[in-house]
Amino acid sequence: MTVSGADIARVFRTEYGRAVSVLIRALGDIDLAEEAVQDAFTVAVERWPREGMPPSPAGWIITTARRRAIDRLRRESTREARQAEAVALHAPDEGSGLPEEGPVRDERLRLVFTCCHPALSREAQVALTLRLLGGLTTPEIAHAFLVPEATMAQRIVRAKSKIRSAGIPYRVPRDEDLPARLASVLAVLYLVFTEGHTATAGDDLGRPDLAAEAIRLGRVLVELMPDEPEAMGLLALMLLTEARRPARTDAAGDLVLLADQDRSLWDAALVAEGHALVRRCLRRGAPGPYQLQAAVNAVHTSAATAADTDWSQVVALYDHQLRIAPTDVVRLNRAVAVAELDGPQAALALLDGIDLEGYVAFHVVRAELLGRLERWPESAAEWERAAGLSDNAPESRHLRARAAGAAARAGDRR
Amino acid sequence: MKTYLISLFSPDGPPPEDLDLTTVMADLELVNADIRAAGGWVFAGGLADQGSATTIRRPRDSVADAVLTDGPFAEAKEHLGGLTILRSDDYDVVLGWAERIAGATGLPVEVRPFQGEGDPGQAPTDR
Repeated sequence: MTVSGADIARVFRTEYGRAVSVLIRALGDIDLAEEAVQDAFTVAVERWPREGMPPSPAGWIITTARRRAIDRLRRESTREARQAEAVALHAPDEGSGLPEEGPVRDERLRLVFTCCHPALSREAQVALTLRLLGGLTTPEIAHAFLVPEATMAQRIVRAKSKIRSAGIPYRVPRDEDLPARLASVLAVLYLVFTEGHTATAGDDLGRPDLAAEAIRLGRVLVELMPDEPEAMGLLALMLLTEARRPARTDAAGDLVLLADQDRSLWDAALVAEGHALVRRCLRRGAPGPYQLQAAVNAVHTSAATAADTDWSQVVALYDHQLRIAPTDVVRLNRAVAVAELDGPQAALALLDGIDLEGYVAFHVVRAELLGRLERWPESAAEWERAAGLSDNAPESRHLRARAAGAAARAGDRR
Repeated sequence: MKTYLISLFSPDGPPPEDLDLTTVMADLELVNADIRAAGGWVFAGGLADQGSATTIRRPRDSVADAVLTDGPFAEAKEHLGGLTILRSDDYDVVLGWAERIAGATGLPVEVRPFQGEGDPGQAPTDR
C-alpha cells in the first residue's frame, strides 16, 4: 500500500499530541520534545512512502523522536546537561513503566493539566493545549483567537518559557487539588472541541480528529472524576453536538442548519449516550454551564422534527444558565429560542445591547430574524457581515448564498 | 530544586488600625515553620518603610561619583514590603505557601523563580 502525504498529515494530526506528551515526559523539556517529534515526522515523510506505513505509526514516531532527541543532545553541547541526564534516565522504557504520581495513566492528560495550570493565563492555557495536544500550528491558533500570528507566537513562547523557569509541574494534580484544577481544563477542552466542530479556517467544516480528541479526553476526565457533574456535562454536550455531525453538511460539503437537518443521519448511539449522561449528571442537583448546555442539546436531539422542539424548555434552560453564568453568547442563544416562542420581533429586541460584533453567529441570528421580518436589505447586509467574518469555506459558502438570497428578495420588493 | 522569591506588596503608609499585626506575624511564622520543615527555607523578612530607601545610580565602569536619591527606585502606591526566599522542587507547594502568605496578610504576593537550578549565585548561610 502506498503512503501519501495526506496519510502522513493524518497521522500527524491524530498522533502529534500523544507523541509530544510522551516525549516531554522523557525529555523534561517541551521545546526539545516538539523538535524531536517534528524531526521524526520529517524522517517519516522520507521513509514511509518508500517502506510503507509502520504497524504502529504513533509508536514509530515516538521511538524515532526519542532517538533523534538523544542524537541531537549528543551533538549540541550547548544543551543543559540535565536534559541529557533526563534522556539517559528514561531512555530504556517507552514512558509506560514510569511511576505515576497522579491517579491517571495517560500522558496526554498530564499534558492537559500542565497546559491548564492556574499560573498560566487562560489565553496561554488554550494556546498551549491546542498547540501541544491538538498539534495545531501557531497561525491556526492565532486565527482561532483573532490575534496576529506574531502575538500568538509570542504568547506560546512566553508560556513555555514560564513552565520551564517557574518549574510548573508536568503531572496530573493530586486528588485534593483536582476539583479546583478541573474548571480550566473543561474550558480548554470545550474550546478544542469547538475548533473541531467548526474549524477556524479551511475547506472542511470541522476537524473531526480534534473533536474526537476532545471527546476522548472528556471520557478520561469523567472516568477520573466520576463525582464531577460538570465533567460529565461537558462530555454529554460534546457527544450530543458530535452526534449531529453527519447531518451538518450535505453531499457537496455545504452547511446544513439544525432545523433543516435530516435527523435520521444523527448518530443514534452518541445521542443515547449523551442523553444518559445528561440524566445522570442533572440527578446530582448541581447544574453548571456545561450541564445546562448539554440539557439544551438533549432537548434538540429528543425532537423527532425541528417543529417538535420544546422551545419553552430551551428558554428555561438558558434562563437557568444566565443565573449561573451570564454571558452575551448565552443571551444570544436564548434569543434564538425566544424567536421560536414569541416571534422574531421579540427576539430582535433582545439582541440590542449584546456586543458580539466579531462573532459569526451573532450576525447569522440577526440576519435570520430580519429575514423573518422581511427586512431583506438589512438581512442581506447581516449575512454578508457573517460571511466576511468566516474563513471556513463551507460556512462561508452557506452564508454568501443566504446573503444572495436575501439580496434577491430585497430586489424583488423594490 | 529551584529557588523562589515570594514577595509581598504593601500599600504606602501605616497599616490599617483594625489590623492585628500580632496575628498576622503569628500566621506568617506558621508558614515559615512549614517551609523550614520542608527543608527549603532560606530567608524571610519584612522591610522597613519605603521612605527609608535610598536609590543609587552609577554608569557602568564610570569614574563619576554615584548619584544617590532619597527614596525608592519606583514611586508607586504599593511597594515591596517583605520577602521570603526558599528552595523547592515542587512549584505547586510553593504556590500553596504563597497563597497562605497572601491569606495571612491580605496583600498581593508574587512568586518568581530565580534563574537556573539550585542556589542562585550567592550561597546562603549553610555553605
